[in-house]
Amino acid sequence: MDNAITLVNKKHINLWPAVLGGGALIILGLVLGGVINQYIQTVLMFIGINIILSASLNIVNGYMGEFSCGHGGFMLVGAYTSSILSVLFFTKSPWLGAPLLPPSSAVFLFPLVIIGGGIVAAFAGLLVAIPSFKTRDDYLAIITIAANFIFVSLVNNLEFIGGSRGFMGMKTTIYAMEDVADLPFTLIWTMVFSTLSVFLIRRLMRSTFGKGISSIRHDEISAEIMGVNTNNMKIVAFMVSSGLAGIAGGLFAHVLGFINPSSFNIMKSTECLVMVYLGGMGSLSGSVLSAVVFTFLLEVMRPLQILKWVIIPLMLILLMQFRPEGLMGNRELTDIFPKLKPYFKRRDL
Amino acid sequence: MSLLKINDMTHRFGGLTAVSNLNYELEDGKIYGLIGPNGAGKTTVFNLVSGFYNPSMGEINYNGEVINGMAPHDVASRQIGRTFQNIRLWEDMTVLENIKMSHHFKLGYNLIDVFFKTKKYQTREKEITEEAMELLEVFKLTDLAHERPSSLPYGIQRRVEIARALSLGPKLLMLDEPAAGLSTADVVELIDYIKWVHETFNITIWMIEHQMQVIMSLCDRIKVIDFGQEIADGVPEEIQNNPEVIKAYLGDGAI
Ligand SMILES: Nc1ncnc2c1ncn2[C@@H]1O[C@H](COP(=O)(O)OP(=O)(O)OP(=O)(O)O)[C@@H](O)[C@H]1O
Ligand SMILES: [Mg+2]
Repeated sequence: MDNAITLVNKKHINLWPAVLGGGALIILGLVLGGVINQYIQTVLMFIGINIILSASLNIVNGYMGEFSCGHGGFMLVGAYTSSILSVLFFTKSPWLGAPLLPPSSAVFLFPLVIIGGGIVAAFAGLLVAIPSFKTRDDYLAIITIAANFIFVSLVNNLEFIGGSRGFMGMKTTIYAMEDVADLPFTLIWTMVFSTLSVFLIRRLMRSTFGKGISSIRHDEISAEIMGVNTNNMKIVAFMVSSGLAGIAGGLFAHVLGFINPSSFNIMKSTECLVMVYLGGMGSLSGSVLSAVVFTFLLEVMRPLQILKWVIIPLMLILLMQFRPEGLMGNRELTDIFPKLKPYFKRRDL
Repeated sequence: MSLLKINDMTHRFGGLTAVSNLNYELEDGKIYGLIGPNGAGKTTVFNLVSGFYNPSMGEINYNGEVINGMAPHDVASRQIGRTFQNIRLWEDMTVLENIKMSHHFKLGYNLIDVFFKTKKYQTREKEITEEAMELLEVFKLTDLAHERPSSLPYGIQRRVEIARALSLGPKLLMLDEPAAGLSTADVVELIDYIKWVHETFNITIWMIEHQMQVIMSLCDRIKVIDFGQEIADGVPEEIQNNPEVIKAYLGDGAI
């Protein structure tokens, strides 16, 4: 079958940029045209944030085959870091005083503030990555829960950033940006970051480098015997995963304008787990799809209030009982609709 | 010059001495057999050499370098290929992807190159795929490149696993019971296959095997261990007629 190589070299049209760019422009047009109200915008932003959360958790739980249940903790680290940076640089606040930079500069620097949160969260991921060298499965799962608790309790006890009362002022940064240009900035950046996250994860998991992460799930001993430095790959997986969770956290903080530690407790982590298992472990399109479905479900259940915490775990139970492989198994959309393949496949290789 | 030299190696698991004062010397280009009853410590010797355990005592010298204490992936990157008693292919990856993994330690690009899909990344990935395809062609496995191992017959999986070990470009190939689980017909084929591998790649092969037919028809030299200790070492004819060996295999009552 020598078409293995030729098939690979054939030039495919890549429709991804057109589909995504077009979609984003349509949404933007609808927002500016007043068709999409504030509420729908907020739902769209939550979809974007949830896409980042489920796709990033999928790196560890799906592709690497470990069971991390502390994703909310890394989201917290990113949320607080970028919120503090945001308030410190762009706003006048009773906690941190006058802004260090002219507030209007946020228009350019806002994405850096979000990325800053992601970087700090990535390093927070080391708290789990290093124990994972020697610890696996249930024991590692317990460590991830512990890490989640550590981050929540830490912030609860840091009075200078509000402790359990929470932290606010991020909306002022957004207002400063909107003063410069009347655009839905949080929506734009949420769309940009969620699209980028999915693309980066896709590239990572398709590269021979990233396959080192899935080689750990299938057989860690094989991985070592074939020269894969599994400790390094665990660090990469955990840091990319928690870093992206941090970016989601930063966006979340700026969408809401207010955060407190309990927004990122084990409940948040459970939401992330539901999304990953709903979509299918190791399926990136599954993660995206389930983030959309799950966000809608949450909105529909909003009137039920606390009862949603009966329904979400119940969903998890039913899911594990009747479709443990999730909506997509570990397939991608293009596996289910092979006709789509030529349009969404990468061109090289 | 010897390719692998083991000096006075001992390994204990708690109170159990699995390998005891073992000496070994493998020369370039030959085929060696390591045999012994169940639980004799054969796999443990392999695990020690490939870096899964650090010997309690002794030294392992490979290609002029002390390798005991190194992590398994560091040992692998020094060109030692290995298979396992139970097939350990990556079931969820295609045969091609299984083979490509041998480049992981010498990718020549990093995470940033992956994210930005740099020229360097694209060139390297292409080279890796081509190299892996070439190897599959040598093994006449090209047709199976995009199959998953679980969909292949057991005998073929064994061959793929050996091909994967060889994709590291090893000087030494270690096979742990390659004939385990094979039918009689497959065993005959395996013997020819190993001969072919040995001639084609011009490497040293070191194998553990319970099937005497395989050991006797392939090995230049055989070492027998029991309870972690060497009880005999010699050419196949010497081993076949050694009373110690017969005793170890058949128990005291047999002689
Ligand atoms: N990780 C371990 N911890 C404790 N004991 C071990 C470990 N690995 C092996 N052993 C013990 O060491 C001894 C040698 O085991 P080993 O697997 O090397 O035998 P073997 O010669 O390969 O046997 P077989 O022919 O059945 O594969 C056995 O008694 C085994 O129970
Ligand atoms: Mg064994």
